[in-house]
Order: sequence, then structure tokens, then C-alpha cells
Amino acid sequence: MSETKKKFLYVNRKAPYGTIYALESLEVVLIGAAFEQHVSLAFIDDGVYQLMDGQDTAAAGMKNFSKTYKALGDYEVRKLYVERESLDERGLKVENLMPVTYEDEDDDYAEKPSLIVVDRAEMSKIIAAQDVVLSF
Amino acid sequence: MSTLHTVNKSPFERSSLKSCLDHVSAGDAVLLIEDGVVGARKGSQFAGALAAKNGACAIYALGPDLAARGMKASDLVDGVKVVDYAGFVDLAAEKSRVCAWL
Amino acid sequence: MSSYEVNGLVAEHDEEGYLKDIHQWNPELAGLIAQSENINMTPDHWEVVNFLRDYYEEYQIAPAVRILVKEMTKKFGKEKGDQKALYALFPYGPAKQACKIAGLPKPTGCV
Repeated sequence: MSETKKKFLYVNRKAPYGTIYALESLEVVLIGAAFEQHVSLAFIDDGVYQLMDGQDTAAAGMKNFSKTYKALGDYEVRKLYVERESLDERGLKVENLMPVTYEDEDDDYAEKPSLIVVDRAEMSKIIAAQDVVLSF
Repeated sequence: MSTLHTVNKSPFERSSLKSCLDHVSAGDAVLLIEDGVVGARKGSQFAGALAAKNGACAIYALGPDLAARGMKASDLVDGVKVVDYAGFVDLAAEKSRVCAWL
Repeated sequence: MSSYEVNGLVAEHDEEGYLKDIHQWNPELAGLIAQSENINMTPDHWEVVNFLRDYYEEYQIAPAVRILVKEMTKKFGKEKGDQKALYALFPYGPAKQACKIAGLPKPTGCV
């Protein structure tokens, strides 16, 4: 895969656990990461709930895959765009989201935040700048 | 460099159409398919939102999905164009990317 | 055989030998799974297996081989974080075979 890298955006619009969308998206991102493209994720509408801090699925009897978002940095997925309006509409704040970071190998492995809060107009531009958009 | 957006859910059931319309850029196309076509009906609650985007964007509805639900081109919000499957393919080919709103 | 038995513990596995319930795992069980894979567990093998278990505990996934190599290098140095060395330890694939011994599910994307 030495040809030009393409820009892939995974658009996540569903809360986790109620449906399989969020988990499937995450699995596709991890598998797709092997192809070494420019990958970023967008969290819009209920999708922002995928990044909620303090998810505890023990009583619900489901696998807590929220920890897996923290592995994305290892897979060179370092841009997780979160839509501000989607947070606002749901009464959420950035502080309610879990920290997701990556290690910057060009900066002595400093931990840097992967979450990027953008407004709706910026999100539209991000979508318009992609080669491939995959929706979940 | 524009985008084809598809919406396949009824706006009465999910926010997909609203989200889509909130994220389109000028010059994009929006294609309503499957249950999404019910949002294009004249006089429906979403007619105003669609009409407001029509112009900056082109709005389409998939003919076979309209027909299956007993709707005709004349039932749709003014300016919404009907395309068949070949038209769907043409739209996807002519735009730079496809973004599905599920 | 559809289950492993060690010291009175009966642990079911799938048709490929992966544990059905990762909570049943213990080091003796790992030794038994390794035997069925014709692997003699050495400290080097344990290093990989323990690393995979820690990674899974932290992220709820088994890493892809590429990531395993990268992270092992970071943690244990170049000799350990080497694809060849890892395949020498686990001939059928470090991710696949070592994950089985570690009691983890088959890695995502592994066919």
C-alpha cells in the first residue's frame, strides 16, 4: 500500500450497547487500521455517548468496549472529532467524556489528546474533505 | 468535490434527515431512499426544512421506494427530483464521496 | 474434546481451542493449552502471554501483531519486540496462538 493514502472518516451517530453499530464501527476501524490510511472518527448525535466517561456495563452484563477507544492511538487513529452541538443538545459537557490520548513519537512520546471538539459547521467541512465516509 | 448524502430512515422515526440537512455543504446532493422518502411528501412536517435546503443543495427521492409506498412525483415538495436506480448510481459516481445517514 | 481439564477445573473452548469464558483462565490452564499447541512455555513465552493479558485488561482487545511488536519493543526492547522472535516463540502467529494460551478471544480481524 505504498500509493497515496486516502482520508477515511467513520461517522458514529448511535449510543453504545442499545444497538450493535458502535461496536461494529470500532471493530471496522481496528481492522481497517492495518491498511495504513488517514483515519479519523466523528461523533455526532447520540454517537457522543460512545465516549462517555465512567461506563460500567457489569450490571447490564455486556462487554465494556469503551476502554478500546483508548487503544486507537496505538493504531495511529488520533483524531476523534466530537460535535459540540450534539453534546449541548444532550446536556453533556466535554468534561463528561473520557480522556483519549495518543503518544506522539515525534515529541518524545508525549501524551496528547485525541478528542477534538468541533462545531457543526466545522463538522460539515470535515465530511466534505474526506475521500471515504463510512457511517454507523 | 461535493458529497452525495443518503437518508434511508423516516424523519418521523429518527433524526437522520435533520442531521443530514444540518451537515450538508452547498453543492451537495441529498437522496432520500427506503423509508426516507416519506420525508419528501408535500405538506409533511419536514417539507419546510427540505424546501429551505433545496437550491443550495439538490434533493432527490428514489422512484421505486416512492412507488412502493404509494407516492408519486406530484406528491413531493416542489423541486424534489425523482431518480431511478440508474440515477442513484449516476449521482454516486458524479459526487466525490457518499455519506449515509442511518 | 470441547473442554480443557486441569486440576479439577473444566473450561469449555470453541472448535479452534479458544476459551469460552476468559475468567476461567489460570496459569496451569495456559500450560495445558500450550501443550495442545505443542508449545513448551518458557519465560519468554510468558512475557508475551502476560503482556497480552495486560493489554486486554486495559483495552478490552488483543492487539494486532504490528501493534504487539511496537508495544513489546517499547516495554522490553528491540530483541523482544521483534516479529521474527515472536514467530519463533509462537509459530502459528503470536497474536493468534499466544492469545489462545492467554485465554483471550480470537483477535479482531484474524481469519
